Amino acid sequence: MLYSEKVMDHFNNPRNVGVLDDADGIGEVGNPVCGDVMKISIKVADDKIDDIRFQTLGCGAAIATSSIVTEMARGMSLEQAVAITKKQVAEELGGLPPAKMHCSVLATDGLKKAVDDYLVTHGRDPIAVGTIAHDDPEFDPHAEEHDDACEVTEE
Amino acid sequence: MEARDAYLDYAATTPVDERVLEAMLPYYTQVWGNPNSLYRRGREAYTALEAARERVVGAIGATHPNEVIFTAGGTEADNAALIGITTRARPDGGHLVVSAFEHHAVLEPAQFLEKSGYAVTYLAPRPAGYIDPEDLRNALRDDTVLVSVMHGNNEIGTLQPIRELAEVAHERGALFHTDAAQTLGKVPFNVADLGVDAASFSGHKIYGPKGVGALYLKRGTPFAPMVRGGGQEFKKRSGTQNVAGIVGFATALDLVLAELPEEAARLASLRERIVSGVTSTIENTIESASYPERLPNIAHMIIKGVEGEAMLLQLDAKGVAVSTGSACSSGSLEPSHVLLSIGCPPELAHGSVRVSVGRFTTAEDVEYFLEVFPPIVERLRMMSPLYAKMYGSATT
Ligand SMILES: Cc1ncc(COP(=O)(O)O)c(C=O)c1O
Ligand code: FES
Repeated sequence: MLYSEKVMDHFNNPRNVGVLDDADGIGEVGNPVCGDVMKISIKVADDKIDDIRFQTLGCGAAIATSSIVTEMARGMSLEQAVAITKKQVAEELGGLPPAKMHCSVLATDGLKKAVDDYLVTHGRDPIAVGTIAHDDPEFDPHAEEHDDACEVTEE
Repeated sequence: MEARDAYLDYAATTPVDERVLEAMLPYYTQVWGNPNSLYRRGREAYTALEAARERVVGAIGATHPNEVIFTAGGTEADNAALIGITTRARPDGGHLVVSAFEHHAVLEPAQFLEKSGYAVTYLAPRPAGYIDPEDLRNALRDDTVLVSVMHGNNEIGTLQPIRELAEVAHERGALFHTDAAQTLGKVPFNVADLGVDAASFSGHKIYGPKGVGALYLKRGTPFAPMVRGGGQEFKKRSGTQNVAGIVGFATALDLVLAELPEEAARLASLRERIVSGVTSTIENTIESASYPERLPNIAHMIIKGVEGEAMLLQLDAKGVAVSTGSACSSGSLEPSHVLLSIGCPPELAHGSVRVSVGRFTTAEDVEYFLEVFPPIVERLRMMSPLYAKMYGSATT
């Protein structure tokens, strides 16, 4: 199993690590029993992601995908941010090993939760609810991945 | 701080010792005959093969040359022992006992036998990291054919009370196999002292080549060959022998045994230094298994609140090679079955690190590791959303 250079770069020099003290929305997903937990905090201005930080307990891919998601999401509208897919995350990183595709779900789900948290605490309707994989009690992040997203790593 | 190359994963594999390589080389280009041919070239290769066998036979305390069967490594020896012995002793099914923390080279054949109709007990170790002979006694049945318990665990490094376990198995009429891939050359190993019927060995753990190993099979032990063909290795393992590799294995074994007493003491002190260095400088770290009987070269620790693969990769960036029982690093996505079997909760198993030393490890390598490791742990803990919540501050 090999990580791309870009994965290793984001793992070794993760961007936007931390927690925003005055966060407008916070999303936390994962479970220490599975070995991965991720927390994203966002500042929102004009319905755009103005600032963003993450904390992640997890493997190299979990940390790298968290890091890249914060870069991708910064400046995006809330709608755009919740539409980021694990496949886009993997592509942005130059591919992920198939066994590591699920790690990027942690990052996209964390972001979705943070956006919904912001909306709900501001009395608005959540927009990501229903698309958050970690909300499904049956969701097994470590179940084998067989969708086409894996193909991005086969280069 | 200068980057180093500190290889601290000798339990995974070892480099081939130059002296071993030198002993092997003639058997590729000069003495290259088929040891099963009758003419001079064949006889030369045969002589080398049988001399190597004699050395292994003597080294492990076997009594007869045909008790040592060369294989393509420890995995094959384990497979052959489990499947070969059970299917010959009781082809129509029976009972097999393996410890729950065996290497996959034993567990997978056990599961295969289970699917083929054998009853299999996966015997749980005690939390300290050993199989208790009384627990084995309670697991045995009248139809138990074979018990397989490893001599030294490859992850947590604990040694098993093989002599007592073999005795308990024999009292109930069962045969006993031990996987000695991790112990051969590191602690005294003698098949007669231990009273085992079968044992597996691997060349690349003792500075010999990869892909070579041996199976000890006590004379008279029932055995159906897995690899069938030209009838080499006393009809127990067909295929033209890997003469150079076998010579390498025997040479490597001679060398580790000659150096064993001093080397074991040296490795044990490096190991102690690693465990005390890590547990005293990094808070919330513990040694994984407390059983005092252990391999001199394996340190295994739980670093609470960090994930093993991330640790491994950061150490790699500093030139340090170690391994981890974290799910994330294995590709299997389950944390180490060994740690789970001794009652380690999964969230802690993800943060395990195995540091194993060997012939070319220096005190400087160990000090370098102890220097670079704490800041890595601190950094990962600070990145974790849970650490401060669960353990207070992340600083070490
Ligand atoms: C305990 C144990 N058994 C078996 C093996 C497999 O040996 P090999 O790699 O020679 O197939 C190993 C090492 O990989 C081991 O540590
Ligand atoms: S976080 Fe477990 S494999 Fe990535």
